[in-house]
Order: sequence, then C-alpha cells, then structure tokens
Amino acid sequence: MTPRSSTEDPLWVKVLVLSLVAAFLGLVLVLPLVSVFAEALRQGMGPALAAISTPDAIASIKLTLLTAAVAVPFNIVFGVAAAWAVAKHEFWGKSLLISLIDVPFSVSPVVAGLIYVLIFGSHGWFGSWLIDHDIKIIFAVPGIMLATLFVTFPFVARELIPLMQEQGVDEEEAAASMGAGGWITLWRVTTPNIRWGLLYGVLLCNARAMGEFGAVSVVSGHIRGLTNTMPLHVEILYNEYDFVGAFSVAALLCLLSILTLVLKGLLEMLQPQVRRAGH
Amino acid sequence: MSSTTHTSSGQDRRLRGALPLFRRRSAISGFGLSLGLTVSLLSLIVLIPLSAVILKASGQSFSGFLEAGFSPRALGAYRLSFGAALVAAAVNAVFGVLTAWALVRYEFPGKSIVNALVDLPFALPTAVAGIALAALYAPNGWVGQYLEAMGIKAAYSPLGVVIALTFIGLPFVVRSIEPVLRDLSADVEEAAASLGAGRLSIIGRVILPALGPAWLTGFALSFARGVGEYGSVIFIAGNMPFKSEIAPLLIVIQLEQFNYQAAATIAVVMLSASFAMLLVINAIQAWARKRSA
Repeated sequence: MTPRSSTEDPLWVKVLVLSLVAAFLGLVLVLPLVSVFAEALRQGMGPALAAISTPDAIASIKLTLLTAAVAVPFNIVFGVAAAWAVAKHEFWGKSLLISLIDVPFSVSPVVAGLIYVLIFGSHGWFGSWLIDHDIKIIFAVPGIMLATLFVTFPFVARELIPLMQEQGVDEEEAAASMGAGGWITLWRVTTPNIRWGLLYGVLLCNARAMGEFGAVSVVSGHIRGLTNTMPLHVEILYNEYDFVGAFSVAALLCLLSILTLVLKGLLEMLQPQVRRAGH
Repeated sequence: MSSTTHTSSGQDRRLRGALPLFRRRSAISGFGLSLGLTVSLLSLIVLIPLSAVILKASGQSFSGFLEAGFSPRALGAYRLSFGAALVAAAVNAVFGVLTAWALVRYEFPGKSIVNALVDLPFALPTAVAGIALAALYAPNGWVGQYLEAMGIKAAYSPLGVVIALTFIGLPFVVRSIEPVLRDLSADVEEAAASLGAGRLSIIGRVILPALGPAWLTGFALSFARGVGEYGSVIFIAGNMPFKSEIAPLLIVIQLEQFNYQAAATIAVVMLSASFAMLLVINAIQAWARKRSA
C-alpha cells in the first residue's frame, strides 16, 4: 500500500462522494436511459420491432436521416470556412464574429423555429409570394432543414476554431511560400491536422440534427409520413398513449446516442487534444 | 510573400487593396472566400432570421409590447422557466462539482463509462429524455411511486420541470469544472498541507477559489440552457397555465393560435435575457483569464 499523501482524500470521504455521485447520476441519467428500453420491451420484442417498422415510423427514420445528410455537409463547409477565416487570418471584428457564430446555442430551440415561421409562414415576410408560387417551406421539409441548420450551426466551427488557432499559421505559410494555392494548402496541409477535430464536430452535429425537437416541432406541422422526424414521431405516439410505440422509436434514438457517446469516447482516447468543454 | 496563381488570391488581393486597415496581410490565401462564405451563411441562416422576430415584436405600440410580453400568464411562465432553471443549475452546481471531483481525483471501476454517461444529455434527443423522465417520475413510475408515497408530486408539477432541467444542464457544470480541476497542481495543495493547513481549509481556501470562475461559468451555462429548454420539459411539466407552463411552450401556444406578434414579443423578452446571460458568462471568463494570467 502506498502511504496516503496529504492531497488524497480519506477513504470515508471517497466512499461518501462516490455514493452521492452514483445516486445522483443513477436517478438523473441511468434510470431514464434504462426505462426507455424497459418501456419499449414491455410487451416483448415483437411489438417493439413492429412499432419501428410501420410506414409512418420508416418515413420518420428516412426524414431524420435526410435532415442529418443535409445538416452535416453544410456544417462542415461552414465550419471549415469560418475556422479558416478566423484562425489563419487577422482582421477587424474577429471576436465579434466568433461570438455571433455561437448565438444559436443561446437561443431557445422554439425561437429558432419561430423565426422561420415569421419569415416563410403564410403570414410571414415572404408568405404571400411563396403561396403565389406554390412553394411550401413551413410545414414542409425545407422548413425542417432550415430549423436544423440553425440549431446545429456552431458545432463544427467551434471545434475547429480553437484547434486551428492553436496550430498557428506556420505550416500554411510554408506551403504558400513554396507556391501552393489555397485549396491545395487546405487539402494537403490543414485537413490532416484537423481531421479528428472535424470528426468530433461532425459527430455532435449529427446527434443534434437527428435529435432536434423544439425547433423542428414548430416548423414541421406534424404531418404523418411527410414532415415527422423521429423525435416528432415519438411525441405523436406518446400523446396518443401508444407508449410501446413511442418508447420503441425512442429506444432507437437511444441506441444512436449511445453509439455517439462510444465514438466520442474513442475519439477522446485516441486524440486527447480534440477534447473540448461542453456544448 | 509569394504570389500564387490561384483564383481566390486574385479576389484576395482586391480585398487587400480595398480594405488596407481591415486586415493584416497574410501569405495564406482564401481569406475573401472563406470570410465571405462565413458571413453570408451566418447572415442568411442566423442573423437575418433572428432580426425578423425583433422586427415583428417592435411593430406594435409600447403598451402592446408590455401587454403581450408581460401579461400575467407570460410572467408566470418566465417565473417558472427562470426559477426552475435556477434551482436545476444550483443542484447541478453541487452534484456537478462532486462528479468532476470523482472523475479527476478518484480511480473506480466503470470510470470511463461514467465519464461517457455525463455527456448523455448532449447526445440524447430531448424528446426522448422528456418521455423517459415523465415515465420514471409519474405517480406510477419507478421513482415516482416512492415520491408519491412520501406525498411528493414530481411529474406534472414545477418539480418535474426542475428534474428535466437538471438532466439537461448537468454536463455543462461537469465539463466546465473538469479541466480546471485537472490543471490544478497537487503542488499547491501539498505546499498548503506542509504549512499545516488541514484538509478542510485546503478545500475552502485553495481548491474552491481556484474553481470559482469555472464553477460560475458551468452554473451560468446550465441555467441559460434550462431557460430555453422545451423538448425534455413539456412531457413532464403538466403544462397548466400560471402553474406549470414554461415560457417556450407559451410561444408555441401563441403561434398555434396565430398570435404571431405575441409569440415574437415573448421570444424577444427571452432573447434579451439569454444575451444578458451570455454577456455575464463572457465577463466571468474574461475575469478568470485575467486572474489566472
């Protein structure tokens, strides 16, 4: 046994702290997670699988995947562009720009949906023009995309900006002095340095895009089979007291978030420098 | 300084000529393109749409603004949203620091699982968290039945809102404190101990003051997130006007009744509050940087 150093807590303190933490995390995090699977499997595997293979459930899964397929590439383009501008160049107003990129994180998801209703809704800025041209944005898929883009906006940028600032400009300047153009430098010099941070941002962006509820709920119109993402489908089933159905779709989303956490943990283990404070 | 033949550098040079004070010269190209893209997308997706809500709310008389934004029902909703977020952030401040302490200082089985689990609220869709918490804390739920026996109504009451916001806010406190705790060198504590300080006074005089700014930041982030939270709350809240109706839900209700202006007004009140909190968080962080420098 090693002698107890002056900075180590006595055993009873350790036991007390760990018990408190275990009780708290158990009540707040573990039990909810377990209860989703328990409620989903209440009548066995059959009804749970049936609930996630109804046409409406499959349509919601497809729309959720489509939403992520739009939001993630958009986020990569924006994140890399923003980080390139901010981290590799000096210009006036930079800190303001960084703060503005973070704005969506401090806006209630409901407000994120509301703003697009005010612009594209039937009584909004472009409402009558859109009706005249038979274009539907609100209560349709484009509105869901816009709301998702808003809430996921900062994810990749805020991973890449600190990472690229830390890496400095030496390598890019060296590449430029040897005659490499901007795209070549970005692809050959910068990307290999930021790929883990990029992946980390993509992972979080993807989880949020697939799981967003408030913003999407406001613009979706809840049309079954058409504008329901998986979280909205969960809500509809739950409000209809189809608990097995609601928790089965929820369990699928839980599996997705567990996968996200596992991948995130792996990334942090392999690449400790990508680790950032919470979102 | 090299001259590249790349397309974006031509644009770059023009920008450089036009705005000599705007930026420092750099050998790396792509400034115009990347900044242009950043600013355009930011404006199109975030800034211009956000201004719509402010324009909508300002298109009425001041008394109309007060009536919509500060009606008794709206005031009740703010009281619940801000009050419950404050209580939840306080709960998280206590248990978050214990969790961070355990993760940084102790070795125990399953530590990496606990570490991953702390981020669950970031990864789990809020609607899923909402129905899970509602099922758990309902009067017939796993936990709710014991609370019910003790005469405590958890789900469908303001306490339910606090529970949901505690779930949502937990990682903010843990992840804010953790890096500071990790960097806090054991030397300082050993020095204090060798000078005869007891364990309690080391915690009170050395560790807690060093954690202060990160702790406050985590508390403020958790609070700010809770104020605007919707998905995890509406399933467990009960949603009774004046009693268990949160402010974001009131926005949705106004919107469903086509009261766009009222919805926008409540949104502007909430936006102002969150930007005020953002300023406070930035001030805390600036103060912390200054103190540690």
